[in-house]
Amino acid sequence: MTYEAVIGLETHVQLRTRTKMWCGCANEYGAEANTNVCPVCIGLPGVLPVPNAEALRKTALTGMLLNCDVPSYAKWDRKNYFYPDNPKNYQLTQLDFPSTIEGFVEFEFGEGIERVRINRAHLEEDVGKSTHFSDYSGVDFNRAGVPLLEIVTEPDLTGPDMAYDYLNALKGILEYGGVSDCDMEKGQVRCDVNISVRPVGQTELGEKIEIKNMNSFSGVRRAAAYEIERQIGVLREGGTLVQETRRWNDVVGITENMRTKEDAHDYRYFPDPDLMPHRPSEEWIAEVRTLVKELPLARKQRLMADFKLPSSDAVVFVGDAALGDYFEVAAKGAKNPKAVANWVINNLQAKFSETGSTVADIKFETSAIGELVGLVEGGKISSKIAQDVFAEMFESGKSPAPIVEEKGLSQVCDTSELQAFCNEAIAANSASVEDFRNGKEAALNFLKGQVMKVSRGKANPKIVGELLKKILGS
Amino acid sequence: MREDLQHAVKLARIELSAEEEGRLGSQLGDILKYVDKLNELDVEGVEPTAHAVPLTNVLREDEPRESLSHEAAMRNAPKTSNGLFIVPKIVE
Amino acid sequence: MPHTLTISQLTDKLAQGELSSREATQSCLDRIDAVDGQLNAFLSHDPEDALAQADAADAARTGGKSKPLLGVPIAMKDVIAVNGHPLNCASKILGDFNSPYDATVTEKLREAGAVVFGRVNMDEFAMGSSTENSAFGPARNPWDSDCIPGGSSGGSAVAVAADECIASLGSDTGGSIRQPAALCGCVGLKPTYGRVSRYGLVAFASSLDQVGPLTKDVRDAATMLGVIAGEDKRDSTNVPEPVPDYIAALTGDVKGLKIGLPKEYQVDGIDPEVKSATEAAVAELEKQGAEVKEISLPHTQYAIATYYIIATAEASANLARFEGVRYGARVDGASPEKMNRATRGAGFGEEVKRRIILGTYVLSSGYYDAYYLRAQKVRTLIRQDFLNAFKEVDLIASPTTPTPAFKIGEKVDDPLQMYLSDIFTISCNLAGLCGISIPCGFSVSGLPLGLQLLGKPFGEPDLLRAAHAYEQATDWHTKRPEIG
Repeated sequence: MTYEAVIGLETHVQLRTRTKMWCGCANEYGAEANTNVCPVCIGLPGVLPVPNAEALRKTALTGMLLNCDVPSYAKWDRKNYFYPDNPKNYQLTQLDFPSTIEGFVEFEFGEGIERVRINRAHLEEDVGKSTHFSDYSGVDFNRAGVPLLEIVTEPDLTGPDMAYDYLNALKGILEYGGVSDCDMEKGQVRCDVNISVRPVGQTELGEKIEIKNMNSFSGVRRAAAYEIERQIGVLREGGTLVQETRRWNDVVGITENMRTKEDAHDYRYFPDPDLMPHRPSEEWIAEVRTLVKELPLARKQRLMADFKLPSSDAVVFVGDAALGDYFEVAAKGAKNPKAVANWVINNLQAKFSETGSTVADIKFETSAIGELVGLVEGGKISSKIAQDVFAEMFESGKSPAPIVEEKGLSQVCDTSELQAFCNEAIAANSASVEDFRNGKEAALNFLKGQVMKVSRGKANPKIVGELLKKILGS
Repeated sequence: MREDLQHAVKLARIELSAEEEGRLGSQLGDILKYVDKLNELDVEGVEPTAHAVPLTNVLREDEPRESLSHEAAMRNAPKTSNGLFIVPKIVE
Repeated sequence: MPHTLTISQLTDKLAQGELSSREATQSCLDRIDAVDGQLNAFLSHDPEDALAQADAADAARTGGKSKPLLGVPIAMKDVIAVNGHPLNCASKILGDFNSPYDATVTEKLREAGAVVFGRVNMDEFAMGSSTENSAFGPARNPWDSDCIPGGSSGGSAVAVAADECIASLGSDTGGSIRQPAALCGCVGLKPTYGRVSRYGLVAFASSLDQVGPLTKDVRDAATMLGVIAGEDKRDSTNVPEPVPDYIAALTGDVKGLKIGLPKEYQVDGIDPEVKSATEAAVAELEKQGAEVKEISLPHTQYAIATYYIIATAEASANLARFEGVRYGARVDGASPEKMNRATRGAGFGEEVKRRIILGTYVLSSGYYDAYYLRAQKVRTLIRQDFLNAFKEVDLIASPTTPTPAFKIGEKVDDPLQMYLSDIFTISCNLAGLCGISIPCGFSVSGLPLGLQLLGKPFGEPDLLRAAHAYEQATDWHTKRPEIG
């Protein structure tokens, strides 16, 4: 019997806000333990939460980016469970009326485009962070109360690679929308993976097994691959699977049981009496909608169509939105946008890493790269000279034409001048001349190089080639 | 104590002596019997009330407010070390 | 004897320079020394701090400052946060907790110039009707120290009735201000839900709790409400409704005011003395020109069941934070879970345990719809009853309690009987109304009796006007217990 896997993901993403979800403490990573805390976020007796408007805006924005609806009514619920990192011992979340519902994410997978349905993206709060020592644990509540978005897919993913690509696409979307920095190192994205397997052709789902607290996408891929094999193995051997929660042991490369259904949590959800419902007005929704940006996949497709870029170039511009934005302005109206892309991706990026600067630091006009390309293509300067012109542009901010003018870098096309350069090179390299005449084609290239050298790079290489052949052939 | 009540005791994380368990078990049984009188009512189609006032959209802007000093945040802690609240070792 | 003064009497004397705040505060402190050994209203107080505040108030007055409570000593129920002072909620579980922040009402009292002092006794976490559930021993009724003072704000009522302070703050979740005020013979006002900030009030049942004053007369209640009411950005349930001039409402004129008497409140078990005192009080208001009519609140008999489901469910979550991790009296255990169980087992008293377990039960898997959701729906019906009634009347009158104060220990083994005594006060919280209890007589055995008036949401001006008019015509509020 052949089996297939069914995977759903619950992804927790910290929102980028200045302050926490319910209080004015900084939403900031890396501060000294328990310094970004106040009575509200350490759950002192008597405190009350007040929702951060920006977190609600960013939640709705995320919903829009994920093609979700933003319902006209959302409310808050308490999810009750004891844990030392959970200051109130209930977590505020959205159970049955979340801020966004029913969307989808489209992303490239293999040769095609896949669509995964999003059940909901709801807002909740992060908990503190525990550190474990040999015989005790310690808790830092700086992270407690940071706004956390939980993005839940339908069970539409069919394998570990697809899950991996979905997660990367999701991360790209969230970064693009400016809703989260998605910094994995800082634990800003965490994942729970729901996996079941079933015989191909069976419609009902198998027993769902959840792998909790994954903090890397490659981990998700490895864990899912292992778990699918494990589940299929159990079934093949005639065993049965029961609903359970497992954890991924990255060192050993296996999943391990955490708890089974019998001791599953009873979260006793109920509406939070301290928080009033949110009824977004049409104006509010329209205002958030103005923040919606083009998604990475859409942009990639547009860059390829509008600028005739190869996929590899488009990916670079999608991956670095600022660079992509720059390219789009620079290539506007350019006859050869692909050449502009080459300059931006190769030369400009090299300058950035060389000088530690960014798009914001560029001194020359946005049209300058297009002009430079025009000079090369019009035969005004050689591509070698163009490198020097570009360096000068980057340095001084001047446009390419004046640089070429001032420094006398124009390509020499005048036949009599070129003739003189050729004669000089021929006179100095009689051995190569001999070789060429004896049939060594390569010698011509050497001589051509010598002419370029003599002309200090200004000679038009095409005309020089023709000229040399003419002189030596005669 | 009834099994369903024992489940609640476990969820609530309250250690009870055998004597307490006996007494609370019977008192809670009486109270649950009493509150069953709500079943006399037909509540079909009635909206639940979660709040005594009909407010919506109570929000605050994303503006920082002064936090508590580290010392004030930790001063009531039963046990601290290296700026952390110390608890018995967490084993998942 | 400055400690016997009302707020208005004291502020007059302070303004005239006849008395200093230091003298008034010292007088209260002396009174505490003299009587509190018997009454146990105060769990703790800091005389030095109180006198320093009094001196600051005297200096401010000398500097020309005038504020509504400048120099007036106000006692705080041990459930309201005061920066730098203990906050125990009359429970063992908080250990030596010292609040690092002020409740909004504390800030407002300070802004009004009050001398905020003392932590007064209560039922643990405000759960109870007798103050017998305090981990620090029961408070006693100043009219008869064998009797309960009511609860949960028992200490707040005792401190006012026994003149250990000028006024106090309490909290009311199902009658916890009005009931002890009635049983101790003082005025207790429960404001409309959302009228007063709950920030810094340790939550029992968040959708029902409200802070309010206990005072020696109705005018003082109006003054106190004017100070503590108003918008607070730290409480999402706080209603941004302008605060009217409550003193201006005390016109003494109740002509045309419509007062409803719910027929469902004619229940068995009302003490005949309570019944006749209430009837007499209503007759007095009628004599002054109020119109009295019978009304119906059809779902009255379901209020207590509804209340005990909703309040305990909310409490089960609200009290989950007391588990020994960040504060409180930890009892060690080998794992966090064992530590939590041991801490909560040792730290909570029996009534608190009972309610947390009940609240956990009604929310737990398989029972939510049958108990919690159903109670929320019945709450809608109860609220609707009142909103309908308030289309016909301005106020609703009833006894505050079915009986005068009972003996300490009399009902401790029967929590259900104790709950049933909340019959007249509980619906007010479920419906989010305002209510007041004012002295309306004494039992033959010399125990105070209270008249309860309920008003529509934000109807405090009518409530205070009627209570004040009644008070003007009677002298019950001027009677003081002989202690010792």
